[in-house]
Amino acid sequence: MDLNDTPDQAAYRGRVREWLEQHAAEAPTITRDDISPEVISARRTWQRRLAEGGLVGITWPREYGGQGLGPLEQVIFNQELSRAKLPGILDVIGIGMLGPTLIAHGSEEQKQRYLAPMLHADEVWCQLFSEPAAGSDLAGIQSRARRQDDRSWRVSGQKVWTTNAQFASYGLMMTRTDADVPKHKGLTVFVVPMDGEGVTIRPLRQISGEAHFNEVFFDDVTLDADATVGAVGDGWKVGLTTLMYERVAIGLGGEGFGWRADRFAGALAGDEAAKEDPEVRRRLGELATDLLALRFTGYRQLTQLQKGQIPGPAGALSKITTINAAIAAGELIADVLGPDALEPDEWGGLVSDLPGLKSAGGTEEILRNIVGERVLGLAPEPRLDKGVPFSELRAKEKEVAAR
Amino acid sequence: MNLALSDEQVFLQEAARTALGRTDTIEAARDALDGGTLPDLWPVSREAGWPGLLVCEDRGGAGLGVFDAMLVMTELGRVLAPVALLGHLPATWLMDRADGPIDLVGRLAEGEARAAFMPARPPDGIHDAWTVEGHRGSRRAAVPALAGGTVSGAVHWVPDAAGADVLVGVADDAGTARAVLVEAGDPGVAVEAVTRYDATRPLGHVQLDGARATVLEGLADDAPAGAWYLAQALLAAEAQGSVEEALQRSVEYAKERFTFGRPIGSYQAVKHALVEVLRRLENLRSLVYYAGWAGDDKPDEFPLAASAARVAAGAAQDYAARELISVHGGIGATWEHDAPLFFRRAQLARRLLGGDGDAADRVADELLRGTAAARAIAA
Repeated sequence: MDLNDTPDQAAYRGRVREWLEQHAAEAPTITRDDISPEVISARRTWQRRLAEGGLVGITWPREYGGQGLGPLEQVIFNQELSRAKLPGILDVIGIGMLGPTLIAHGSEEQKQRYLAPMLHADEVWCQLFSEPAAGSDLAGIQSRARRQDDRSWRVSGQKVWTTNAQFASYGLMMTRTDADVPKHKGLTVFVVPMDGEGVTIRPLRQISGEAHFNEVFFDDVTLDADATVGAVGDGWKVGLTTLMYERVAIGLGGEGFGWRADRFAGALAGDEAAKEDPEVRRRLGELATDLLALRFTGYRQLTQLQKGQIPGPAGALSKITTINAAIAAGELIADVLGPDALEPDEWGGLVSDLPGLKSAGGTEEILRNIVGERVLGLAPEPRLDKGVPFSELRAKEKEVAAR
Repeated sequence: MNLALSDEQVFLQEAARTALGRTDTIEAARDALDGGTLPDLWPVSREAGWPGLLVCEDRGGAGLGVFDAMLVMTELGRVLAPVALLGHLPATWLMDRADGPIDLVGRLAEGEARAAFMPARPPDGIHDAWTVEGHRGSRRAAVPALAGGTVSGAVHWVPDAAGADVLVGVADDAGTARAVLVEAGDPGVAVEAVTRYDATRPLGHVQLDGARATVLEGLADDAPAGAWYLAQALLAAEAQGSVEEALQRSVEYAKERFTFGRPIGSYQAVKHALVEVLRRLENLRSLVYYAGWAGDDKPDEFPLAASAARVAAGAAQDYAARELISVHGGIGATWEHDAPLFFRRAQLARRLLGGDGDAADRVADELLRGTAAARAIAA
């Protein structure tokens, strides 16, 4: 067991640190949640500078503009960025999840066309998977793509929880292309231009009043024949790749939100009475324990990644622990500091975001199902949709509801 | 970055499993509750070289690290094996850091003699005195007083104290904490053997009344505190083994027991509870790694890491033991079943060495005081 850098890693860390020191002045200053056009534009420029420095797409293959390095170098970069207190890239979802999906399943033309502008933030991407009626049961999506006589596609439907849609150039969209087969089989993934005719983007305000997400409506949007990623009908497989990278991102990036034991403790440290209150100390000790555990769970996952092992579904447990520890921290801080803590520029943002985040990236319930079945090997609950063509599911559901 | 076990560590683990596998320790645990005597596993321990795990090689030990010792503890916890290492290892760890007595350290490393650590809790940001367990567990008591080469005072609930040849702890020398050693056979030393609730965990009340004390010289300032955190880490690692075993047994049963035509593990209510055991176990495992790493390489972080591991251990052990009973239904709560043995183990373990609540308090204390550990994790 060794948590120190190897000589190569130390050298890499040194190069990253030096680059960041030299270019720190070019980084924008970002206050929490600022998504004004000026800030987005500044963050694009910053991502471009990082990309020119070889610090974006660190794990991507060299032939597509990446550095061909391992997950550990990515973590070293993240650590150095955090140490230098500099903002990260704008298109986390594109670089971390969608780009790797295109690399795994896209055509050579798609890779040549999309990956370089993605790296440089000339084109930001968004993920179009979840729908109002399909979240945990993602394969139940209802948006439809229909093949036209000229081989082009027409897409209709609605997506939701779409981060960055308001300034994204492209989206990676999972949609149904065949309703007459069981639901996991009739799906296809497409590249969709977000400025296409028939695409409407509406901000979705949340508890805090801010709009981190969007709803996206598709009304007979035309897509070219070559907009499919992977084979027609293989959308589930393509989507699973994206979700696997999402797990990696969540597993390695929990501290990116600033949910760290030392930071939460710092919020309480100024209150002399609270610091000596046994109840406050116990609650802090317990939630800090969870957050410390996550850090080392991350290192364990990294060790696996370095050995070329694909992170398993157990990583979902980290997400559950992260969210609940942050909820406990918000509760404790609000209890100690009182109503002022709930102001938006204090801890109100954290308190407001967490109930929704509990469902983001998979609800706690579905994650527990997945881990119970895939990791512990417990049997799934009986289901009504197995082997049933999607087009017949609705009728079947209605029949059950009427019983 | 490599958080994997080395080949030597995997070997140590497997050897421990094999060595312990020769005795049905679970059955012995039940017999002991019924008044039977515990099997003497000290010869097994000696054969495996565990008594000298933390003693350096030139003093006759194996010269292994904190994490290695924790791996052995995990194997003990898995089968509820009563091997007196929770007392012996912190005591020998502390003695090995002192200038002497070298001859005695060698005999302890051999396992010819056995030591027990009288757990002493270091001061924190609120309490500036060293304390030991009082007779009423949660009420802390003053550490024994050192005067004129003798110690006097009481230390309660000392793991593995009965039958130990030497007792090692912390005494107060007019305001200065000193690590001391007493011979159990000396005049003025009385050890009352006690067991409570978990028959596999021999404890002792130690009464010192003008007992001759050897001050351990040459120790680093943080060594006496290190022994306390080492004991916390060992207890956490031991809990990990019990939780792993409890989870495995729970999952097996949830797969084979059917209700309403389905295995009970298919129900979300049962599945989610078992996943909760796994979640707590994974958190514990990560912190056991942290504590092991810090114990060997990052002494500044050891107080935080070992305390956090202990907190996670308590949370996992209690939940896992209760779930092991619940998943089995009524039968899980009967005398004949093994589940209560794990439950008993959990309930007592959580109250030893200050208890898990005190460990949580220590985690908070480190963070609120901004100690070296807190600064290290913030960096």
